[in-house]
Amino acid sequence: MTDLTTNTTATAAEGDAQFGDYVQLLKPRVMSLVVFTALVGLLVAPVSVDPMIAFTAILFIALGGGASGALNMWYDADIDAVMRRTAKRPVPSGRVTSGEALSLGLWLSAISVAMLGLATNWLAAGLLAFTIFFYAVIYTMWLKRATPQNIVIGGAAGAFPPVIGWAAATGSVSIEAILMFGLIFIWTPPHFWALALFMKSDYHEAKVPMLTVTHGRRETRRQILIYTLVLAPVALGLAFTSVAGPVYLAAAIVLNAIFLKGAWDIWRRDEATAEADAYLVEKRVFRFSLYYLFLHFGALLADAGLRSWGIV
Amino acid sequence: MPITETHDLHKRRFGRNVGVALSLVGFAAIVFGLTVAKIREGSTMEAFDHTPRVSVTPPVETGQ
Repeated sequence: MTDLTTNTTATAAEGDAQFGDYVQLLKPRVMSLVVFTALVGLLVAPVSVDPMIAFTAILFIALGGGASGALNMWYDADIDAVMRRTAKRPVPSGRVTSGEALSLGLWLSAISVAMLGLATNWLAAGLLAFTIFFYAVIYTMWLKRATPQNIVIGGAAGAFPPVIGWAAATGSVSIEAILMFGLIFIWTPPHFWALALFMKSDYHEAKVPMLTVTHGRRETRRQILIYTLVLAPVALGLAFTSVAGPVYLAAAIVLNAIFLKGAWDIWRRDEATAEADAYLVEKRVFRFSLYYLFLHFGALLADAGLRSWGIV
Repeated sequence: MPITETHDLHKRRFGRNVGVALSLVGFAAIVFGLTVAKIREGSTMEAFDHTPRVSVTPPVETGQ
């Protein structure tokens, strides 16, 4: 009796996770971006998909994204424990054990890939499997701790969902899907580096090479401008494919002009000016970058709606 | 300790158990819904156990 009581008390103290803790392992905020971009990729494809199959596809693409998040939290528990922003995550805080996070990540990966394959096709399932592998192994285990270009590489994993959505609908990958991939891939570095300029993070203590630390803030400002310059033609190029229309073209012109102006302003500023106004421009550009991506994909959806109603 | 007595551990784990139960029910509903959708769009349905499979059974000669 005594042993049992002692045992249950010990279990409660360590690893007695609530359901919400497991949900947190799946990085729900990242999942919302995955759901939205995958949904757009699926809906703008020139093929009609049964609503139930579309729903299932998006659900398991999101779950696959969540699985890679759980694997990331399992592997990065040592880094997360050092950094204030991530110290309260389920694994470093001790609410979920490391083994549980690994197990959840692996099982959800297998289930999401298998279910996506059964619901749609095996190209989409293969792309999802590759995305999970890329994020969990190539990015998390290898390059995140090895190179300051980690954000660029990690961005590729985030760029795959619209391609998977497109592949789920069409069974193939075309120029439209590749440009949607390019849009997110090239958008990610300026988006994160704008954040890195004003967020006092402790990546240095965690020994994660961030561009702001390894190459300095001046170089980070330059890189933001370079990536934004490369991003504009990719975003505008998508306007001349079959998935876009007048709404996207107008949105892309306006949004890229604003983003370029923001990147230019960031590049021209020095640290003294930025500190004087508490990184006002950097914060503004970061906030705008969120709208930038959302509105580009929203515009694609609007054009698809106009096409289906026969307006354009 | 009788098995019917509710321990503090049971109370703490109630939310987690409900979450797991709802996830399993949801998964079953999705598999059912997906099956209905696949049949509706005309996917080939074959039984694999003790029944002839159309895709591997040779065509029956019906000509004179």
